[in-house]
Amino acid sequence: MRKRRAVRTLWKGLAVRLIARIGEWLDRRLQLAGAIQEMAAHPIPRRSASWWYVFGSAALTVFGVQIVTGILLTLVYVPSAAEAWSSLQALNHDIALGWFIRAMHGWASNFMVAIVLIHMVQVFLFGAFKYPRELTWVIGVILLLMTLGMAFTGQVLRFDQDAYWGLGIGTSIASRTPGVGSELVKVMLGGPIIGGAALSRFFALHVFVIPGLLISGVGLHLLMVLKLGVSEWPMPGRLVRKATYDSRYHELTHTDGVPFVPVAAWKDAFFSAAILAAIVLCAAYFGPFGPTGEPDPTIIQTVPKPDFFFLWLYALLALLPPQMETPALLIGPVIVIGALIALPFLAGEGERSWRRRPIAVLSILLIAISLRTFTSLAGHSPWSPEMNAWSGEPIPDKFLRGRTALERQGAAVFQEKQCHNCHALDHGGGERGPALDTVAARLTQDQLIRQVLQGRGNMPAYGNSLNPAETTALVAFLQTLHEPGRPPAQDASRAVERPR
Amino acid sequence: MKVGILANGVVAAVVAIPIVRFVLSALNRGKQYRSWVTLGPAGQFPEGETRLATFRNPYVGPTDGKTADTACWVRHIDGNKFQVFAINCAHLGCPVRWFPQSGLFLCPCHGGAYYRDGSRAAGPPERGMFEYPSKLENGLVLIQAGELPTPGATSKNFSSGPCGNGAPCGPCGKASPCA
Repeated sequence: MRKRRAVRTLWKGLAVRLIARIGEWLDRRLQLAGAIQEMAAHPIPRRSASWWYVFGSAALTVFGVQIVTGILLTLVYVPSAAEAWSSLQALNHDIALGWFIRAMHGWASNFMVAIVLIHMVQVFLFGAFKYPRELTWVIGVILLLMTLGMAFTGQVLRFDQDAYWGLGIGTSIASRTPGVGSELVKVMLGGPIIGGAALSRFFALHVFVIPGLLISGVGLHLLMVLKLGVSEWPMPGRLVRKATYDSRYHELTHTDGVPFVPVAAWKDAFFSAAILAAIVLCAAYFGPFGPTGEPDPTIIQTVPKPDFFFLWLYALLALLPPQMETPALLIGPVIVIGALIALPFLAGEGERSWRRRPIAVLSILLIAISLRTFTSLAGHSPWSPEMNAWSGEPIPDKFLRGRTALERQGAAVFQEKQCHNCHALDHGGGERGPALDTVAARLTQDQLIRQVLQGRGNMPAYGNSLNPAETTALVAFLQTLHEPGRPPAQDASRAVERPR
Repeated sequence: MKVGILANGVVAAVVAIPIVRFVLSALNRGKQYRSWVTLGPAGQFPEGETRLATFRNPYVGPTDGKTADTACWVRHIDGNKFQVFAINCAHLGCPVRWFPQSGLFLCPCHGGAYYRDGSRAAGPPERGMFEYPSKLENGLVLIQAGELPTPGATSKNFSSGPCGNGAPCGPCGKASPCA
């Protein structure tokens, strides 16, 4: 027994010595051990070992997931407009767990955009972009743009109807660039139409160009975090001054600092694991995104919509006044990106705590509420006619009961001429125009006739699609639409008797 | 050292020329993308109606597959007068649908609407629908196509209603839509 234990100890000793020798051999040549040790042990301010500081590392973890699942997907995916869609179908249905890898990649992309945004908001609210971390912030802004670029190009690679028409929207936006719009479109698409060349270009961007830039950007970003140190917890009243910051930070980390590993690192590791688990669960439970219908441009019965993180833009494009659209599309991004990059140079010193930066907090709230509102609006897009309401959404009984033959004829015209596609009755139908439940209380007979025949504002003129009999019937029906106790609008001048 | 930098600069410039030309190769063809394609015999398009037609893009790449198939709306006004509209909305390119009952083209994306002659009726588009140059030859309806119509500069290749093919259509404003 004792002999066996002695032999085991001997082997263990030998193994340890062998590993140590290999390590020494490698380090003599690589000389990395010192740097890694320094990285792990670098002191960070005690309060910065916080759960608020875990989003950057989580974004990096999700990026890793994207690289691995992305490489796996390219084993099957074919970047050809003729075959991309069927290769996605093969991934979903024919290849073992192909659906799961697609689902992981899709869900991780949503998580990545979300975490990068949260990371950015945290850095902004904590004032961590101030001296000396201005460049870290600027590179972070570029990383955010590249993350969004990955999300958009990825949506194109999921080559279905949404991708095809979504790329059409992107192309239309690019075409509005003054002077070079047409050329820009051809360079973007690699030809005159959205086809194989365009998909190949977006494949190159999504798989080589942007990831390559992302990897180098992330490397720089991390290097700066190490060199400049993790920012300290913002204390109200402790102002950042370029002259004193460095010595104060050095003092803080060396008198009250803790080593990054393990004091902060375990939280990073735990949160990353939680995010990874969430991605796996979402992928397994909800499955992959699409593909929707085949990208055949002759199938026009489609309602294209962008992915979640671009829905707000989709809503904005419907709601902006037409003449403001092109300037907003071309100048807006320049202003937003310019402001983000300029931020650390304009506010590089001073208060860091969000408790004393009300404008910062309000800006975040305003942006968050706006994005949330636009996103939820895009969910049911009230600005689009409900294409099937005229045939699929009957007029409720209560608007027909007890009506004259003419008024009922008018109700038939209302359906037949597709008024219901844009106007709701009792919450059914389109929301493009106002609901008409009580329209008779708002408009007189003459106003109704004028509005129907000539249109106004966002309503087309129907003078050309309605004959006089149809118009009479339709207006008669519209005049019945008022609350029971409230009389329809009357033209006051009609009541006046003509003097004899 | 200076010689080294100079030599590299010269070689880099020489290498850059083919790279840039390769990336911009789609531009070199210019107008060659467009040519006349047939939509079929005029008899397929009854007078006074607007029908969907499809054609294969005259310029097809090796990996285009079905994306080179294109849809368009053909309006047979009367006699030899035709209007052919691109399927793409003049706002941001979504596929517009024709509703004969109300005589409107409606876009599912952002709610653009056009009258039967392609002029703007409502919604975000700043102009009428894109109209292909069209002609009738040997009983066939032909259009000049080949490029994706976009609201920016490409649209100079497309007229916007009223009205193609020399058909007099009258002023088509909001107040007086076309016949």
